[in-house]
Amino acid sequence: MYPSRFRYEAPRSIEEAIALLQQGGGEAKLLAGGQSLVPLLKLRFASPELLIDINNLPGLDYHKVDPDGTIRIGALCRHADLERSAILASRQPTMAAAAPLVADPIVRNRGTLVGSLCHADPQGDWASVVTALGGHVVAQGPNGRRKIPVSQFVTGPFQNALAYDEIAVEAVIPAPKGTVAGGYLKLERRVGDFATAGVAVAIERSGAVVTRAGIALTGVGSATIDATEAAKALVGSPLSAETIAQAAELAAGAAQPRTDHRGSAAYKRQIVRTFVERILTRVEQSSEKAG
Amino acid sequence: MSGLFEEIHEQPAADVPTRRVSITVNGDKRVAQVEPRLLLAHLLRQGLKLTGTHTGCDTTNCGACTVLFDGKPIKSCTMLAVQADGHEVTTVEGLAGASELHPIQEGFKDEHGLQCGFCTPGMMLAAKALLEENPDPTEDEVRWALSGNLCRCTGYQNIVKSVMWAAKKMQAQSAS
Repeated sequence: MYPSRFRYEAPRSIEEAIALLQQGGGEAKLLAGGQSLVPLLKLRFASPELLIDINNLPGLDYHKVDPDGTIRIGALCRHADLERSAILASRQPTMAAAAPLVADPIVRNRGTLVGSLCHADPQGDWASVVTALGGHVVAQGPNGRRKIPVSQFVTGPFQNALAYDEIAVEAVIPAPKGTVAGGYLKLERRVGDFATAGVAVAIERSGAVVTRAGIALTGVGSATIDATEAAKALVGSPLSAETIAQAAELAAGAAQPRTDHRGSAAYKRQIVRTFVERILTRVEQSSEKAG
Repeated sequence: MSGLFEEIHEQPAADVPTRRVSITVNGDKRVAQVEPRLLLAHLLRQGLKLTGTHTGCDTTNCGACTVLFDGKPIKSCTMLAVQADGHEVTTVEGLAGASELHPIQEGFKDEHGLQCGFCTPGMMLAAKALLEENPDPTEDEVRWALSGNLCRCTGYQNIVKSVMWAAKKMQAQSAS
């Protein structure tokens, strides 16, 4: 399978890339890891006139932590970098749990977190993770940079909030105010298949009391689902069997799964319920041990 | 030669924009004039006649087209040839030495790690990257590293054994 013809440019600076986007006038696509875009080009679901390869832009392959605890992931940071990250392993359990579950090991060598957010596939793991963490995307256009909360960044299936002349240069996870806990679980028929269902949970606690919670769902709706009511059920008290069960029930209710070859809607809802319970129960048990 | 690529000997047709790329393939610098939409897998197979790189699913699932790109396994059906400009690519043809098989190839031979052989080049290159990062993997780690490569014949048992065999051999070699 060949993509249809396109003009190819490989700029060396963000400014040059933005100028090319402006030239493209909405008929251009940015190429980062390419693990979703190249298949789309080959299947001719996408046939841009201009393909702007950003892999040569310098200084975007980072992931780092600010002194205050803010985590920043550059547009060319690959999934494999996050999978092997000491920063995430020690500071960010939801992201650390998700990184090894994205696609397969070979795809993870190329694909990027920021690209995954931009692609806005309802099956994308990172959109759920960053949603649960209350993160945002930094977009750069001709007039400078702006922050877009990820809940507003993903506007629908395969749709994002970038203007045609903007580049998503960075994803940002805000500094936690309390102790961080959480996880990510995904059911897939085999490695690399789309998720039957996935659940991201991120909480912060002050002492035992949950001060912030985020729960987001992968693959059980036409876009990433931010289960805000489920998350609210956790805030203001310590984790307990009751609050966990309540959050799990509300998350299952927030899911909008469809029956397909991966399972029935009822089955997928049950997975969501089980995964929320499982992640939170593990958090509760490990904090009991630590306490 | 016609079509989407030609090794550089003459000027390409004027009406189709092409780019000159210079790629180090198995240690040799290769220069080609390619259309930007040409996939790396096709440049390797048809342009450079390195047909050990197989294309299976064409949709980033199967891993038969796996090559090493600057030492890391990638699916060459999911990268444009122009993206490899200035980079190093290792295909299965680059595994063996002048007279000896690579220990990974020996392992696949000794442990019957293949039946039809279609997935084998990709399996061996993914295994090579694993053993460079982790010379003494567990069986689980081998399975994990190869989980992006599909085999429809073997049930994976002998593939895992082959990689474990190669790991032992390579450790013995580096110890001696």
